[in-house]
Amino acid sequence: MSPELRTAEQETALGVEPRAGTRTSLLAKIWTITAKDLRSEMRTKEALNASIAFSLVILVLFSFAFDPSSDQFQEFSGGLLWLVFSFAGALVLNRSFARETQNDCLDGLLAAPIPAAALFLGKAFANFALLAAVEVVSIPVFGLFYDVHWAGLFGELALVTLLGTWALTVIGTFFSALTVNLRMRELMLPTLVYPLMIPALMAAMKLTTDLLAGTPINAENVFGLKLLAGFDFIFTLLSLVMIDTVLVG
Amino acid sequence: MRSKILLALGAICAALLAWDFYRIFDLLPDEANQGAIYRIIYIHVPSAGTAFTFFTVAMLASVLYLATGKFKYDAVSAALIEVGLVFAGIVLVTGSIWARIIWGVWWAWEARLTTMLICWLTYAGYLMLRRAVEEPTQRARLSAVLSIFGFAEVVIVYKANVWWRTLHPGPVLTIRNGGGMAPGMENEIYWNMLAFVCLAVVMVMVRMRQEEFAREIDSLRRMAHSW
Repeated sequence: MSPELRTAEQETALGVEPRAGTRTSLLAKIWTITAKDLRSEMRTKEALNASIAFSLVILVLFSFAFDPSSDQFQEFSGGLLWLVFSFAGALVLNRSFARETQNDCLDGLLAAPIPAAALFLGKAFANFALLAAVEVVSIPVFGLFYDVHWAGLFGELALVTLLGTWALTVIGTFFSALTVNLRMRELMLPTLVYPLMIPALMAAMKLTTDLLAGTPINAENVFGLKLLAGFDFIFTLLSLVMIDTVLVG
Repeated sequence: MRSKILLALGAICAALLAWDFYRIFDLLPDEANQGAIYRIIYIHVPSAGTAFTFFTVAMLASVLYLATGKFKYDAVSAALIEVGLVFAGIVLVTGSIWARIIWGVWWAWEARLTTMLICWLTYAGYLMLRRAVEEPTQRARLSAVLSIFGFAEVVIVYKANVWWRTLHPGPVLTIRNGGGMAPGMENEIYWNMLAFVCLAVVMVMVRMRQEEFAREIDSLRRMAHSW
């Protein structure tokens, strides 16, 4: 048998080093997808620019909806911030799988020797990074426009933001895959995604408001944190199990 | 045979409903605190029971569809959610009317109201999704996934809300550890629940038959085209 026709298993048995690219760990596969998505986004910056600009527009619009200098503002500041994240995030998430429809890229990705779950996770990590970038820009702007007195609970705030953003990302990426081949994709995605995000948004809004007002995580609001973590866990798991059904069938 | 079962069930259901409405509006007395408006509970609670039961069974049917790939499970789950959504709508409307009289407002952001509304929105999305997918296998697959996701979400929302806000009257039924209702009044809820479930089952059966015919017509059309 010529060396070219050996299978990878036979090569391992013979002690031959696997050629580059023939065997990659699951993590490497996930990273390949994440890197690919980030690279293609960085070349055009289409979704990123649009969602940052959009988040700034929403922040400006809020100032007309209520009196930003009123005392009441403290009571719903967290809610506003998460509305910005979820609206601007929808722009990023909408493009996630939709960008693969050109030139049948999605078929190519599905034919690649990676499990659908790895494809999903890779895309989710890329979306998470993009959403985080939007947040890094919009949080300071929010603080500046609305004179937020940062109570110094940055660690807890970061934890809530991280968990909340992952919740938006996982639901958004999954439904981006689910709606990718639909006629009314742009309409269907928000219609399906926002009701599903409600538990996570509810918890994140309440916790962020508390933390901005200087209330640390205590026995009363720790339930929100548990809810966020539970939501993340349940929907990440469900998505990983179901993504194969959605993409391949 | 099937249409006979359907007719028989429909007749039983009509008789039950007529008897129930006679009892609710004529025989049972007004409630001591709320007066006549309390009667809305006989529509409200059975509708909620029917809607939630149907959403749960639809989720199970969706799992079965994904496991077996048989279209009948898809038709069952679609029909159940369609009918369930109607009953969920009845819950929202009757609850709103009751709230206007007793609380003085049409709506309050409270645990069960919020849950029911989110539930309604989620499953309305399910029906919209079915409209948006043309290919039957893909439609069945995607809507089964959504039905499972939606169910998980509704359970979480309910739990979350209960921890945070409560204004809705607590359980009054003995089976849910409430037991604040007079026995004669409570029994009527169960009777009407039976009538509502019966009515809903008839609706589901009609809807499923429609679905079967639609699929048959579709396959005949394809056959005609391939000729």
